[in-house]
Amino acid sequence: MHIDEVKSQFPIFSKKINGKQLVYLDSSNSAQKPTSVIKSLDNFYKNEFSNIGRSIHSLSVNATNKFEETRMSVKKFINASSKDEIIFTKNATEAINLVATTFGQKHIEKGDEILITELEHHSNYIPWHYLRKNKGAVIKFAPINDDGDILIDKFKELITSKTKIIALTHLSNVTGTIVPIKEIIEIAKKKNIPVLVDGCQSAPHLKIDVKDLDCDFYAISCHKIYGPTGVGVLYAKKEWLESLPPYIGGGGMISEVKKDKVTYAPLPEKYEAGTMPTAEVVAFNESIKFMQSIGIENIIKHENELTSYALEKMKKINSVNIVGNPKNKAGVISFTIKGIHPHDISTIVDEEGVAIRAGHHCCQILHERLNLPASARASIGIYNTKEDIDILCKAIENCRKVFDIK
Amino acid sequence: MDLKQLYQDIILEHGKSPRNFGKCEKYTHEAKGHNPLCGDKVQIFLNLNKEKKVENLTFEGSGCAISMASTSIMTELVKGKSLEAAKKIVLDFLDMIKNTQEIKSEELDEDQKTKIMSLSGVKQYPMRVKCATLGWHTLSSAMLEKKEEVNTEAFD
Ligand SMILES: Cc1ncc(COP(=O)(O)O)c(C=O)c1O
Repeated sequence: MHIDEVKSQFPIFSKKINGKQLVYLDSSNSAQKPTSVIKSLDNFYKNEFSNIGRSIHSLSVNATNKFEETRMSVKKFINASSKDEIIFTKNATEAINLVATTFGQKHIEKGDEILITELEHHSNYIPWHYLRKNKGAVIKFAPINDDGDILIDKFKELITSKTKIIALTHLSNVTGTIVPIKEIIEIAKKKNIPVLVDGCQSAPHLKIDVKDLDCDFYAISCHKIYGPTGVGVLYAKKEWLESLPPYIGGGGMISEVKKDKVTYAPLPEKYEAGTMPTAEVVAFNESIKFMQSIGIENIIKHENELTSYALEKMKKINSVNIVGNPKNKAGVISFTIKGIHPHDISTIVDEEGVAIRAGHHCCQILHERLNLPASARASIGIYNTKEDIDILCKAIENCRKVFDIK
Repeated sequence: MDLKQLYQDIILEHGKSPRNFGKCEKYTHEAKGHNPLCGDKVQIFLNLNKEKKVENLTFEGSGCAISMASTSIMTELVKGKSLEAAKKIVLDFLDMIKNTQEIKSEELDEDQKTKIMSLSGVKQYPMRVKCATLGWHTLSSAMLEKKEEVNTEAFD
């Protein structure tokens, strides 16, 4: 695989930022889009647009077919058992809210425990916090060590007879920790506790096989997988989707509506109320094709190489500190520079065309745990090169120069 | 855009060694400010005497060079002024940063105006304006004896 060829599929890289070549190291936040995805959006609106599922004219039939093709592609992409287990949402956040709300309604009582970890993104905490607030549930945080690894023994100790659900990330968006979720799911299964996996960061960078993992729920945001904004995916085992109550109510999710009674549509429509982001779902199929055209093994190999290269190079810069040192790490590299606030770092490197993120990255619990008010984060995508890392490191050197840090 | 305009020597110096830093022993007013997007935090301690003069003004907190320097410079400029003058200076500063107005206030001498203008480079960096204004909004809140924490996402 030639990265130059991959990179050339992304039109944004022909643009200049602050007069400089764009070095995009913010893919954990959201990934750039290849031409095929952009073209698909354009084509759908120009030549194929219609709402889906509601009309029987040719345009609508075609649009519905395309929409369902994406569902089939997602099913294959994550190895689900049935297309009915693939629910389109607005993003991963909505997918997690869907589970927390409906699962909470049916299965959470006062005093019941929800087990999450100190690594979680706010999206995998706040939806559970609502259950704490509204239902009197208890949230337990499985601790991590300073490296950013979950302490499995402590995790086991936190599981009690009251634990109703476990929710955790597959890949940390701060430390890059690849969480051993298969091991954790096995532990949970022995006690019959369902597991939700926040797959936001893992879906673009790891091989996902929900059957092999045997997770109950898996949440994905398509915009992080080189796809359009406005689409997410909730994978859930069919028995859950069949037994849990519906979430958002409205058109499209009903079977029969009477003045005194409503019945709901079969899966997957039961959970897809209202007009969906049709063009975006259709275009997301191109993102999956893009990922498959490179091959997940090649993606992992390239990103691992680049991560090692970046870590080695960044560690050599005086006063740079890498946040966490997990056993298995993906291309999410958060760092601090002694004496320079992450915001200042971000502004200064931006001047060199380098896009990174600064702040708490929606992980305040984790930053507090690591005694950091904030951090800077460089995150790698399939289009990044060693040259990008070299430019980042030079820009970091420039931060030290501006701030006169030795 | 020009980094040198943003990170002038005086800003870097105040950022590194902020003046009037730490809780003062005696204060009549205090307020907290927070920028939830980046985690910057500041707490202002203001001591007004009987004649409504700012006898002391100090702050605590953590944040980027811009927010630390801006708050530090603010304490220097406002200390010793009357409450009315202090309010005018704050309004003047916010007007300068947000609406590109000149510093009109007669409360500041030329040296002080130069100092306050050292923060004007922020105007070219819209994402950093809130860093520069956090301390000032928080002082304003302290002067108005508001109870709730200043939140940068609550104003524009
Ligand atoms: C680990 C993790 N979970 C959840 C989310 C939320 O994703 P979205 O905002 O697309 O719903 C993110 C995005 O930053 C993330 O990194």
